[in-house]
Amino acid sequence: MFLGPSLAVSAILFSLGVTGMLLRRNAIVLFMCVELMLNAVNLTFVALSQQLGLDGQVFVFFVMTVAAAEAAVGLAIIIALFRHKDTVDLANINLLRG
Amino acid sequence: MAPAASPVANGAGLLVLLPFAGFLANGALAFLRPRSKRAVTVIGVGSIAAAFAVGLVIFAAMLRSHVEVPIVRTYWSWLRVGTLSVDAALLIDHLSIVMVLLVTGVSTLIHVFSVGYMGEDPGYARYFAFLNLFVACMLVLVLGASFPVLFVGWEGVGLCSYLLIGFWFEDEQKAAAGLKAFLVNRIGDAGFLVAMFLIFRTLGTLDFVQLAALAPQHFTPGEPLVTAIALLLFLGCIGKSAQIPLYVWLPDAMAGPTPVSALIHAATMVTAGVFLVARAGVFFGLSPVASAVVAGIGALTALFAATIGLKQWDIKKVLAYSTVSQLGYMFVGVGSAAYAAGIFHLATHAFFKALLFLGSGSVIHAMHRAYHHTHSHADAQDMRNMGGLRDYLPTTFRTMWIATLAIAGIPPLAGFFSKDEILASAFARGHGAPYWYLIWVLGAAGALLSAFYMTRLMLYTFHGPNRTGDAERAHLAESPAVMTVPLVALAALTVAGGLLNLPEGLPGAQWLHRWLEPVVGVPAALAGSAALGRGTEITLVVVAVALAVTGMWLAWTRLHPEQLVPADRAPAERGFAKLLAEKYHVDEIYDAVLVRPLLWVSRTVFWKGLDAGAIDGAGVNGSATLARTLGWLGTRLQTGQVGMYVAFFVLGVLALLGALSR
Amino acid sequence: MQTFLFYFASLMAVLSGILCITRRSPVASALWLVSVLFHLSVVYVLLDAHFIAAVQVLVYAGAIMVLFLFVIMLLNIGRLGPSDIRGAGGKVIATAGGLLVVAELLVLRHVALPSAMVLPAGTVEHIVAQQGVVGAVARPLFQQYLIPFEITSVMLLAAVIGAVVLAKRKL
Repeated sequence: MFLGPSLAVSAILFSLGVTGMLLRRNAIVLFMCVELMLNAVNLTFVALSQQLGLDGQVFVFFVMTVAAAEAAVGLAIIIALFRHKDTVDLANINLLRG
Repeated sequence: MAPAASPVANGAGLLVLLPFAGFLANGALAFLRPRSKRAVTVIGVGSIAAAFAVGLVIFAAMLRSHVEVPIVRTYWSWLRVGTLSVDAALLIDHLSIVMVLLVTGVSTLIHVFSVGYMGEDPGYARYFAFLNLFVACMLVLVLGASFPVLFVGWEGVGLCSYLLIGFWFEDEQKAAAGLKAFLVNRIGDAGFLVAMFLIFRTLGTLDFVQLAALAPQHFTPGEPLVTAIALLLFLGCIGKSAQIPLYVWLPDAMAGPTPVSALIHAATMVTAGVFLVARAGVFFGLSPVASAVVAGIGALTALFAATIGLKQWDIKKVLAYSTVSQLGYMFVGVGSAAYAAGIFHLATHAFFKALLFLGSGSVIHAMHRAYHHTHSHADAQDMRNMGGLRDYLPTTFRTMWIATLAIAGIPPLAGFFSKDEILASAFARGHGAPYWYLIWVLGAAGALLSAFYMTRLMLYTFHGPNRTGDAERAHLAESPAVMTVPLVALAALTVAGGLLNLPEGLPGAQWLHRWLEPVVGVPAALAGSAALGRGTEITLVVVAVALAVTGMWLAWTRLHPEQLVPADRAPAERGFAKLLAEKYHVDEIYDAVLVRPLLWVSRTVFWKGLDAGAIDGAGVNGSATLARTLGWLGTRLQTGQVGMYVAFFVLGVLALLGALSR
Repeated sequence: MQTFLFYFASLMAVLSGILCITRRSPVASALWLVSVLFHLSVVYVLLDAHFIAAVQVLVYAGAIMVLFLFVIMLLNIGRLGPSDIRGAGGKVIATAGGLLVVAELLVLRHVALPSAMVLPAGTVEHIVAQQGVVGAVARPLFQQYLIPFEITSVMLLAAVIGAVVLAKRKL
């Protein structure tokens, strides 16, 4: 029903996520921007599922599951990192420097 | 082509094989048992004498059966590349057999002489090995059936010349002389090679017998291409036969043992150029321009070298410049299409020049002996240290005078007939082309000077008071028989040599001319013949004899050997005499104009610039630096900063989207 | 009515998003993200994805964001410290990147759907009416997508174990 506008909103949200990733140095806030992007994608799936079938909603289901798992593991990593370096500012974390 | 007439054809290979086997045997002895003088002598002299005997047998067979067709004996197929087909083949015809007899005959005498001359040298076996190799290569040169085979011999004699000039290689100057000879010859060889390429390109074959028939059909007389071929071939001759501008190696080559100078740099190797012109005569006959150039350079060299010889004090240097000068005469001969005359002078010159060199060797040998007794370090080759040797070396004295008369051109000795015929043939062409009169004038002037400087040599060496020193004088003695017998033999040949080609009107006249007719007749006909009237001929003969006598008389009366001072106390030359003594500074000019710039270019441009700078620096080191820089640039991507990785990520996404939206 | 709600919710979502990425405090960012999720949930309802809307609130806003807040509290970085927003250069790059992305995407939005794939209008409502809100998603999930479903469960197990191991003080 609201296909066109939904896709536009999705695009805007996605780009907001990208901007946030490029803008922030805090690891946790970076993660939140990732979640924002994932949600934008979910919106696209759902908007299109009206015309193309319920497979879109099933896929959104999977996306959410994966997002949950990813958030858990990612935050665990950040905790482990924080214990080492006492900071979550990504500018200071460059152990993989070449 | 006649099928193998047995002794003639099969003998060809034997001619080359015998000296080559001698080389191998003596070479082995030089390594394993260098002190075995007896074996080396027998092998060394024997192999050449055997080759001479084989040559005589072949010659006799040719005389008897009147075989006029050239005989080619092919041994194996050497080069088969595309359309080029060259066989390892030897050619026996009237020209090559004359050269074979000359080379082996004079070689035998010189080998015998060497037994005495080099008897006490520690490199005895090595010397005879190289000498045998030389004869083998020279025979390949004269017997070659095609240009490449001839070239193998050509290069081989060049190699042997290098080995023998620098025989006493511990002396750096002597070794350098050998190198100089080799390098200067190389320049000529380059011309020779290009000529061969041109010949193959235009005629498709390099075989002499085929070329003699093909060339006149293919080329029109005077065509630029055939002139180019002839001139390039002549460039090879200029190098090998020491003409202007590549003669500079011959005087330096006197650093080698004197028998080597006699054999290689008087009688045989240097005459290879003249032989080449005769052998490839068809090209020269087709190109009047090239023939004129040949005669011109020959005449110029004849005069130029003679002037230098006037003021040389080293006895061998005088003879060296004399050789260069006489070679010029031979080229005048073949240049004016008188091929038989040129070969005739080649033969007579071989006799008297070999005699002169061996005689000087005998003198030097005696001087060395004398100085050895008193441990003096004076120069044994400087004429200012000699004088009055007629009392001490009578046989040498008498034989050398015979040779001097011959080279001056006094009848009835050999040199008179050959030189006269050359000058006459040059004069004959003058009718309608004044250029040839100039050639005659240069040749006549050279003849005058030849008589002068040879008389000067004899005067200073054998006449007048002795300047060797009181202590040494007691030890001056004639050389042993092994050295004087060859001198006598060569003297006999010098006297009788004229019989080879007596002028018209005398019994048995023009024998060599008729003998060589089958080979050189075509080129001579192509060049067109010129004849002289009877009266003109006799006038020219009289003029020639007059010049010779005048030269000798001038030297005899104007020079005062009693005023000479031994070399270490002699005053320096001044003025024009100095210029002559310094050989017109030609070597210094070459050094400044050619050698130094070439060295500079090699060192600075090619070595430091190209090799070290461009190839090492930019190429090798540069690519390493480039790799390292690229690698460093790569490391700049791995900062470990997540923000940067995200930025690149986004860039990639944008690119993808851009591609999609098209 | 629906149109108004849709545009209102969308606008609020976008505004919340903007606020989310520009707050200095991570806690504020998290809470604004929760706001985004809620408004998106409203949009899902308007798009006939009722089940998804519910799951969004339950899982995303209720579990994931709570987890985020827990971690922020745990690491004690909720207070206002030095700002973690990049400097001027970073801001320029970020805005440029974002604008480019949105431009590209808005262009792509006008691609026509392939006609073979488009279902007749009202199909989804029909299925929802027949099988119920949950059944409409559950039936494909347990029938066609059974294997991905099982794999997802294994993945969740791995995630749980991984998270526990990573976050322990001492193994």
